[in-house]
Amino acid sequence: MPNNKKTDVVFKGVAASSGIAIGKVFLLEDDDFCLIQKEIPGNARQEELNRLDCAIEKTRSELEVTYGKINEVLGRNYAKIADVHLLILDDPSLKQDVVKFINEGVNAEFAVFKVINKIVASFENIDDEYFRERKHDIQDVGKKILSNLLGKRSRSLSNISGESIVVAHNLTPADTVTIRESMVKGFATDIGGKTSHTAIVAQGLEIPAVVGLKSISLHAVTGDVLIIDGNKGEVILNPAQETLAKYRSELALQSERRKDLEKLRYLPAQTVDGKTISLWGNIDNYNEIESVVKNGATGIGLYRTEFMYFNRTSMPSEDEHFENYSKVVRAMSPHAVIIRTIDIGGDKLAKLGLLNFGKEENPFMGLRAIRLCLKYPEIFICQLRGILRASVNGKIKLMYPMISGIEELRAANKILKKVKENLRKENVSFDENMEVGAMIEVPAAAIIMDAIAKEVNFVSIGTNDLIQYSLAVDRINENVANLYDPLHPAILRLIKKIIDEGHKAGIEVGMCGEMAGDPFYTPALVGLGLDDFSVSSAQIPKIKKVIRSVSYEDAKSAADQILTLGDRESILKVIEKIKITEI
Amino acid sequence: MKEKDITVVNKMGLHARPAAMLVQTAAKFSSSIKILKDDFEVDSKSIMGVMTLAAGPGSTLKFTADGPDESEALSAIEKLFIAGFMED
Repeated sequence: MPNNKKTDVVFKGVAASSGIAIGKVFLLEDDDFCLIQKEIPGNARQEELNRLDCAIEKTRSELEVTYGKINEVLGRNYAKIADVHLLILDDPSLKQDVVKFINEGVNAEFAVFKVINKIVASFENIDDEYFRERKHDIQDVGKKILSNLLGKRSRSLSNISGESIVVAHNLTPADTVTIRESMVKGFATDIGGKTSHTAIVAQGLEIPAVVGLKSISLHAVTGDVLIIDGNKGEVILNPAQETLAKYRSELALQSERRKDLEKLRYLPAQTVDGKTISLWGNIDNYNEIESVVKNGATGIGLYRTEFMYFNRTSMPSEDEHFENYSKVVRAMSPHAVIIRTIDIGGDKLAKLGLLNFGKEENPFMGLRAIRLCLKYPEIFICQLRGILRASVNGKIKLMYPMISGIEELRAANKILKKVKENLRKENVSFDENMEVGAMIEVPAAAIIMDAIAKEVNFVSIGTNDLIQYSLAVDRINENVANLYDPLHPAILRLIKKIIDEGHKAGIEVGMCGEMAGDPFYTPALVGLGLDDFSVSSAQIPKIKKVIRSVSYEDAKSAADQILTLGDRESILKVIEKIKITEI
Repeated sequence: MKEKDITVVNKMGLHARPAAMLVQTAAKFSSSIKILKDDFEVDSKSIMGVMTLAAGPGSTLKFTADGPDESEALSAIEKLFIAGFMED
């Protein structure tokens, strides 16, 4: 209920998915069980064992349903989580110990509780954080068995309405599937960061979300009014009337803007003075194509292939590569798809806690991307063969990530040449004219762009890494994250250098990092001469709208001025002055 | 009863994925298969046991198999380790 107080209760968190949502709280509470130890007499113990078996079987079928659902909606990567849960449920040591306690006269609930706690305690003593964290998987399974034993429904989102905002301590992949099906308005969680599973799902669904709110689930109650401000990363619980009115009008503006953006779908990404810019989508897998095309992309500027390597028990085969890429390029044809060879390592792997190439002190600067491919050519060759074979099914361009020097580029091309020779010998057809490009994300590559430009057909600027390496800022480290600044004059000058050297050599220069997807930077990037923008699906119409609202000549003179400036404040002033007029 | 010392050579150690592969392989054999690491023994058919070993790269595990298919079991497991759990 809106209160009559003058002040709002504002919770600050991490902006996980942009947009405003206003709705009634649906509090997803963690199950808490009231467990009592009971003495079971000898003649009733068989019955207790039967109850345990029933609960385990019920849990198994629940897990299997979840597994199937997750697999269907979110893909195999997420389904693996449920798979681990099934293995834990089947773990002989779990059942053995529970049965032992029951045979000693302990009730099934308490026996499960004791065994799970004992196992969790043994995990808590592990030094290695990754292994220690597996205790959550075990607790999850334990809770599921307990709720089946107690006949209690496990927490459920099934009776939720589309008007709700989900508030929870944390959301599991299974919860997010239900959220996806029930079309809730938004969600707010205590834990999580910008790259957490919840955040990624929210962005994909285009639902406003704020995560990392620390204690929102303790304060909000089902039925409370909650405003989610996914732009600022705040939520307001039971807002004052005035605040509510302010957000209602902002919400109305937001839906207006969305409708406007939809109209842009078939219009070209062209400046008011007629300069056409390519606007492409970034994807991780085939499922995203529909949304990218719907939002008006005229190609894929970054197809990240490392997702094929996550959450699985064996390396993807050449045929899998071939089939995946063929599906994507067929769906995008006649538009081109830039396939980036794997960038395994660094943040992505650490975050997923999966393929971890030993303990690298500094994985961002470690063995990853093209370095890994050159060290383990069999991985690279397998992927290249898949890509080349798929190139007859549409238009593929190949891109190498993390190129830092000419030698790496040549070494990669040498392998590519060899792979092509072998395919020819085997009479396997492929696109002989497939373009090859480099991602420019290492400052060294930007500085020798003149040399690189002569040996590639195109380049794409990866701003996330380029900025963090140039400014020596780990953007995940909250102590220094504020220093991560796309408008640092060094970054703008590097971008300009890459674009100019590229144009001198007659090749196109694109950008596929987050900077390309933030409409705030679009006028400046247009002015710097960027040819192609490749952005996440939801950003495509927003970027198009800005491109269609600026004049290249105006943007260019602003960019020229920016390049003479040495501080952020002055740069910001010039950018904000670039005239925006819709066409 | 047969024993074999096997060193973890894959770069990530016995993380969830290799642990799952090991458990699934061990479960195919009827022999009992134990793993000993630094005086700590677990059942190789238990995913939780295998994960509590927290076996990182370079650690040595003593496998003890006992049963009708003990030799086959040990060689199947050793193959997994040698292949680095097909990590690369």
